Amino acid sequence: MATTNRPDAPDRDALLRMFEIQQKIKTADERFRAMLTSGQVQLIYYSPRGQECISAGYAVHLRPDDYVVTIYRGLHDHIAKGVPMRELWAEFLGRGTGTCKGKGGPMHVTHPKSGLMVTTGIVGAGIPIANGFGLASKLSGTDQVTVVNFGDGASNIGAFHEGLNMAAVWKLPVIFVCQNNLYGEHTPMAMSTGVEYISERAASYGMPGVTVNGNDPVAMWKVAGEAIERARAGEGPTLIEARTYRFWGHLMGDAMEYMPKEERKAAMAADPLPAFRAWLLDNGHANEAQLAEIEDQIKALVDDAVDFAMNSPEPSMDELYTDVYEEIIK
Amino acid sequence: MTTTEPRIMPMGMAINEAMDVAMGLDEKVFLLGEDIAEPSGGVYKITKGLSTKYGTDRVRKTPISEAAIIGAAVGAAIAGYKPVAEIMIMDFIGVCLDQITNHAAKIRYMSGGQTTVPMVIRTSAGAGRGFGAQHSELLEAFAVHSPGMKVAIPSNPADAKGLLISSIFDADPVLFVEPMLMYWDPTYAGEVPAGDYRVPLGKANTVVEGKDVSLISYGRQVHTCKKAAEELAAEGISAEVIDLRSIVPYDEAAVMASVTKTKRAVVVHEAVTRCGFGAELSSRIHEELFGTLAAPVQRVGGKNIPIPYASNLEKAFLPQVADVVAAVKRTNK
Ligand SMILES: Cc1ncc(C[n+]2csc(CCOP(=O)(O)OP(=O)(O)O)c2C)c(N)n1
Ligand SMILES: [Mg+2]
Repeated sequence: MATTNRPDAPDRDALLRMFEIQQKIKTADERFRAMLTSGQVQLIYYSPRGQECISAGYAVHLRPDDYVVTIYRGLHDHIAKGVPMRELWAEFLGRGTGTCKGKGGPMHVTHPKSGLMVTTGIVGAGIPIANGFGLASKLSGTDQVTVVNFGDGASNIGAFHEGLNMAAVWKLPVIFVCQNNLYGEHTPMAMSTGVEYISERAASYGMPGVTVNGNDPVAMWKVAGEAIERARAGEGPTLIEARTYRFWGHLMGDAMEYMPKEERKAAMAADPLPAFRAWLLDNGHANEAQLAEIEDQIKALVDDAVDFAMNSPEPSMDELYTDVYEEIIK
Repeated sequence: MTTTEPRIMPMGMAINEAMDVAMGLDEKVFLLGEDIAEPSGGVYKITKGLSTKYGTDRVRKTPISEAAIIGAAVGAAIAGYKPVAEIMIMDFIGVCLDQITNHAAKIRYMSGGQTTVPMVIRTSAGAGRGFGAQHSELLEAFAVHSPGMKVAIPSNPADAKGLLISSIFDADPVLFVEPMLMYWDPTYAGEVPAGDYRVPLGKANTVVEGKDVSLISYGRQVHTCKKAAEELAAEGISAEVIDLRSIVPYDEAAVMASVTKTKRAVVVHEAVTRCGFGAELSSRIHEELFGTLAAPVQRVGGKNIPIPYASNLEKAFLPQVADVVAAVKRTNK
């Protein structure tokens, strides 16, 4: 981020809330990776590190009753929407105290109380489902909005194209957030995608499309705010392409041999969160003591969540057949 | 005379070798799928080196577009090619099921035999890795229920190679299911014949001979049956283990001969028990051998639930050796 102040920046309260969300994501992510590398826990982990500005940028505009849909790389969206840290950790670790009793796992975190409605492991599949949330809000006359997150790779699957067209035709209050981290698994976007900017695809469905620097919290906040406002006002959907980078490859343990070393180094050197922190200080939005206090509180929050999860029991074996249907059918 | 070292390799390498051999034999064979080209050579490294050897025209990386992948394979197959399409994980078959059941499977019949679809859909599958409900399922029953589709599921590296080469040169579409846990696990490694080695579809393998009960299975669960047979042997029960290798077509003669001899049968697979292939097999055995059977055929399969994430529940989903032993005891009451 530029060190100069920005006339388009949100108020101090929103800036600090964005900082807090990003710091939570970073702290939780670092802890997961540390516990994985030390062998303390074993799980499939898709780090969202590098992409946290995007979630913070839309989440500060949302109300608790707005809906969010996300993907396996979803920790940042879960945290941004306010899924409680303890239950979130417990779900990742497969404990009975998790958001989904340990039955779903990290790829399927669900917490309707926070408005985190669906996490899917099937690329693109959340998009049509988000339309269903939008349709429900529209039919019941509320002004709730739905934000659905997915990757650049997902924009090549049928569900994306069918979903965007339907949302435009029905003028649904849905914001399509394509978190473009430039890779789908091991394939660079340019090798799988016929357009340079995914936002261009919006035009063919008759909805506004915008590309934004997803690592610039102020720009992301602004673009998301406009789209959310339009959706709330009944003016229909928007496709936001937020450009970013995944610091740790597709999943932990990825050899990343398909990612140019220099490219990754440069992306990590431009880490958006320290840059945002410096900008907040330089422009008098916060002082060092305030930010340090937020960071300490978050560290304590994550420590507590890790303790809670690690000391929670596995799900009871009685849960094997529950939740398949409303009643037990074997 | 020189003695050659036995060629011991994991299943992942044997599958790679099968595609290598097939592409070397016939330039109409080509591969398509997500991430299958270098430098990654597939997320499970199954296609490692092949794009370097055969070029990216024949080892084609695709966008994340399962319906378009299978559709392209169907079209190219009708037009005379022998495509081998990879669907990274079997649960994603849901995204392209229309192309499989309505097109790959039915086109020969609907066209009165004028057009045929000689293609392979390779896909990895199986629970036990903490991948959760959408990355762990065995869905072969869908294909079995779609006349026109063949289905093979190997249990060891040699069969994986031999069945895959046969599938690639088969005149019809084959769903080739690869047990993911067996790809690189050295405990499942085995000797693999060199060159153009083929195992025909529809020919079962008697893995363990026995006389008291027939354990009929395929894929990774053949190993569960083998362990169960060892436990049963210690108790004086002689179990025969039959590996079907392919379930469409399946070796009905071998199954009936074995059960005629043992008079008892347990069918075992990882897919959920309800309406799994075991249900079909059990019905066929009852239809053919009702008067011969000493006890009703027993089924052991995955529990009838979505696959849980937590490791204790996931384990409980999977068929265990103890479940097979208990099923055998039920035939011995
Ligand atoms: C339908 C489907 N096909 C393939 C996969 C395997 N897969 C998981 S993530 C992924 C890459 C997705 O890339 P992108 O949409 O850019 O999201 P990112 O992981 O970069 O956040 C693929 C191919 C899947 N989960 N679902
Ligand atoms: Mg991506």
